[in-house]
Amino acid sequence: MGPRSHVRLVVLHVLVMSLLLSLGGRLWYLQVMNGAHYRKVAADNRIRDIVVPAVRGQILDDVGRPLVRNRTALVVSVDRTALARQDDGGRAVLRRLAALLGTSYEKIVLKIRLCGPGIKRPCWSGSPYQPIPIDDRVDSRKALQIMERQEDFPGVTAQLEPVRDYPRTEGATAPQALGYLQPITQDELNKRKGLKVTGFSGVDLIGRDGLEAIYDGDLRGVPGDRRVLVDSRGRVTGIASEQPPIGGGALVTSIDAKVQGIVERALDHAVKDARHRGTPADSAASVVLDVRTGRIIALASYPSYDPAVWTGGISQDEYDALLSKEHGQPLISRATDGQFAPGSTFKISSLPAAVKDGYSLHGIYSCPSSYMVGARAFRNFEGESGGDIDLHRALVMSCDTIFYRFAYEEWQRDGAIHPVKNPKDPMMKMAKAYGFGRRTGIDLPGEASGRIPDRAWKLAYWNDTRKADCKRAKTGYPEVAKTDPARAEYLKAISSENCVDGYVFRAGDAANFSVGQGDVLVTPLQLARAYAALANGGTLWSPRVGKAVLAPDGSVARRIDPVKAGRLPVDPKVLAFIRSALTDVPKSGTAAGAFTGFPFDKLAVAGKTGTAEVYGKKDTSWFASFAPANKPRYVVVAMVTQGGTGATTAAPAVREIWEGMYGLGKNQNPALPGGNVPDRLPSLAPDGTVAAPPGFAVTSEGKEPATAHHRRRR
Amino acid sequence: MQSEYGGAVGRRRSLPARLLASPARRLDWALILAVLALSVVGSLLVYSATRAGRAGAGGFLEKHILNVAIGLVLGGVTTALDYRLLRAYAPIVYAAACVGLAVVLTPLGATVNGSHSWIVVGGGFQIQPSEFAKVGMVVLLAMILGEPRDGEVGPGRRDILLALALAGLPAGLVMLQPDLGTTLVFATVIIGVLGMSGAPKRWVGGLVGAGASLALAVWWFHLLKPYQIHRFTAFADPSADPQGAGYNAQQARIAVGSGGVFGNGLFHGEQTTGHFVPEQHTDFIFTVAGEELGFVGAALIIALLGVVLWRGLRIAREAADLFGGLVATGVVCWLAFQTFENIGMTVGIMPITGLPLPFVSYGGSSAFADFVAVGLLQTVHLRHNPYE
Repeated sequence: MGPRSHVRLVVLHVLVMSLLLSLGGRLWYLQVMNGAHYRKVAADNRIRDIVVPAVRGQILDDVGRPLVRNRTALVVSVDRTALARQDDGGRAVLRRLAALLGTSYEKIVLKIRLCGPGIKRPCWSGSPYQPIPIDDRVDSRKALQIMERQEDFPGVTAQLEPVRDYPRTEGATAPQALGYLQPITQDELNKRKGLKVTGFSGVDLIGRDGLEAIYDGDLRGVPGDRRVLVDSRGRVTGIASEQPPIGGGALVTSIDAKVQGIVERALDHAVKDARHRGTPADSAASVVLDVRTGRIIALASYPSYDPAVWTGGISQDEYDALLSKEHGQPLISRATDGQFAPGSTFKISSLPAAVKDGYSLHGIYSCPSSYMVGARAFRNFEGESGGDIDLHRALVMSCDTIFYRFAYEEWQRDGAIHPVKNPKDPMMKMAKAYGFGRRTGIDLPGEASGRIPDRAWKLAYWNDTRKADCKRAKTGYPEVAKTDPARAEYLKAISSENCVDGYVFRAGDAANFSVGQGDVLVTPLQLARAYAALANGGTLWSPRVGKAVLAPDGSVARRIDPVKAGRLPVDPKVLAFIRSALTDVPKSGTAAGAFTGFPFDKLAVAGKTGTAEVYGKKDTSWFASFAPANKPRYVVVAMVTQGGTGATTAAPAVREIWEGMYGLGKNQNPALPGGNVPDRLPSLAPDGTVAAPPGFAVTSEGKEPATAHHRRRR
Repeated sequence: MQSEYGGAVGRRRSLPARLLASPARRLDWALILAVLALSVVGSLLVYSATRAGRAGAGGFLEKHILNVAIGLVLGGVTTALDYRLLRAYAPIVYAAACVGLAVVLTPLGATVNGSHSWIVVGGGFQIQPSEFAKVGMVVLLAMILGEPRDGEVGPGRRDILLALALAGLPAGLVMLQPDLGTTLVFATVIIGVLGMSGAPKRWVGGLVGAGASLALAVWWFHLLKPYQIHRFTAFADPSADPQGAGYNAQQARIAVGSGGVFGNGLFHGEQTTGHFVPEQHTDFIFTVAGEELGFVGAALIIALLGVVLWRGLRIAREAADLFGGLVATGVVCWLAFQTFENIGMTVGIMPITGLPLPFVSYGGSSAFADFVAVGLLQTVHLRHNPYE
């Protein structure tokens, strides 16, 4: 090679070596200077944190029978993010999936769209980043196809997941009390720190109503953490560390599945019979309460529904049905959330109020067929006249006019339409002392407070409605006048009266209130605890459904006890007087017809009928009772709206419940052995099996574990 | 360099002395040992990258060892050939390379990673003519520009134009595949051989300038419309990963960086096991070294490649004639560029193109071509002694 080449060779030499040196320098920079950084990045790269779901705890009845449990289901889920990455947005995959699952592409698309304003169900209310369950009733053959043919189903998973199961033990469903689960929303996630999204459809649900909502934190458990090593395709190649999940606690309730079943059936029968008599009987509720402890033994609402509709995503039709008036809004728990005029059952409050105000407990009072309250005649129920009677008899035959008189006279003493500075309002005060007009504080969400229409309420109501009333006072009711000019005239007069001084607490208000009519509203639960207070000598409970939470290892995580919410300001003698009067109601009083042939020697049931008039509707039928009358143990309250009189509809239902609880009449097997509910808790073995408390038995497991045949077809 | 011959030339020599004087003794053993070391390391890395069964994987190590063995034979045959005879074969090698490159563009060719650069031979084997074209390119350029000349310092304009024209054909065919990496190797070889042949500065400078302005033009391409950029990125980076731009580069850097000073240990690379880096047994084999062997191991590979290049440059300098020198220069330019580009893209200082790491990456055609290249160096080396 020539000299020129030699020079250039040296240049090439230098060039080559400097290139290699720069590679080495770069390597030094990456590996030695930034090695720690890249080590961390690499770890993030290949380690995925997987939240391992904790199995949600069961909900048990007082002896350990399951009200809600879990079953494993093969759940097919779709990952929106994975679909979005596909060329066609996942259309082809969803079409194949629809064909395999025997549904339509459109239906799947509806299910996996995200909920938002203006979007009807079905839609996904959970996080868009977690797999959305499409079907939780997939047979294993189809699930296997999905798992094995992942190339055909990218973004679709099929895995075993626990889902909620409702075994209908002893016929008990109580869906309104138990509540339901729904996918957790981002809002709920933000509010409750520490909740982890697992990506498992059965676990990223949150209790949305009933016990599932109130005890969500206890039932949910603590998800575990598994740090896995993954390859570039996300396939797991090993486990780096693992912290196992802590299962959710089991909630032991004081609900007795047998009694609950009896109550639900009794309501069904009552509604059917009432309808047979030609009254709409559009809803009903019943409460069974332990008067000594304040615990709920049964809580039912009619119409009811199958809680299985919530599992695996609810369709719009199903959801609409739960909320529609046409279907009677079965989602509403009427026992706690429904508010109704109590009718004569309210007299257990009005009577001691009058006695406290000075009327003699043992006096004789006239019970005319009507009583003039101011200028208006207030008629006795069905216009009957009772003659001169004592207060015992007044309760037994449910005389209203005596109470009208008490209320009217008290109202006059309070200054009539020009009230004195601090009116005594004895009946209002007593009603409040009985716990009406405020929430009982039961461990269920959405409880209504009822209404005591006192002077303050009247004023507030007047402020709200004055504008409309004043307008009507001028314009009248032309639409009513077309058909009923007299009524239109009457309505106009009322409107102009209300416009001017609608806030005034009138004589009629006082009279109506005394017999549980007019604007007073109570929940069946409020009435039940009022009767419990009457029965137990004056203790007003804040009732509880939950009894204890059992940890997965069987230990008692916490006990839940009813709280004393107050004492009735009533002389025990007066309470005893009322109890004694109510003892005669089923024997010889208003409920005698319903209790014909009842073995009072075996179980002395005491109670009070109520028939509340509702403007434009049929009467609300009530029966509130307790037994055994001499040593009360339980209160049973039943209510049927548009059900007719308390004696004809609610009282027979209550009788059926008592018979079932104590094994009377046709029912030879008492639901409550010896009339007792267990004081002690059922025990939970670490393997999940439940043993009844001593003296009780977890007998027949109800029906089979719920499977497809319980479920309505979609 | 002459010491090994100095005292050994004599009428009667002892057996050891004769053995010492045999052609085998005069091979460049440093070069051979470096290449063998790289092949062993390469085999281990290929095994490490393919061991954790990727779908359809298996048998990579065996095939790699077979490739190396065939490569050694090809290298040995090339070594045995008198390189001066190559001058005669050069047109044939060149023509064969061009035919091969033309064939891949026909339906006979197969597309791998977006580049249409393979011929499927059947039996699971494919050949990549562009690898052999590198050999053809080196030999042809050396032949034209290394013609013995009297008085002239370097090749004349006619020779240069002829060389550029003939080199342009395979380069064009390779660009049509498209295979940017091989095109750049060709460009480097052209400039290197031309420069070393003693061509006037204006030619060398002109070519370097032309190449630079071409690269610059490409750089400015991103001012063009999106579809053109797309075409360019596909051209520049045929293996562009569907998971997103820069994924390869990023994963490669993470894998190398996480190795630290001493690495995670051979077969203990977790990024490698997890297949985070695509094409890890071929173009991105260096990431395995980086992660598992750390700076120490990775730098050793660079050093071994440095030995190969250093020996190559030495052989070029001491070649018996200009042709031999240019052959060696061409080989060095080829291997040097490929080394720099491959490791450079792995550590993020060069754009990503589909070029294997010489002697290390998995791949039959490239291994064969690499060993033939070593054979060329050896044959030039063996015959640099005028007394031979």
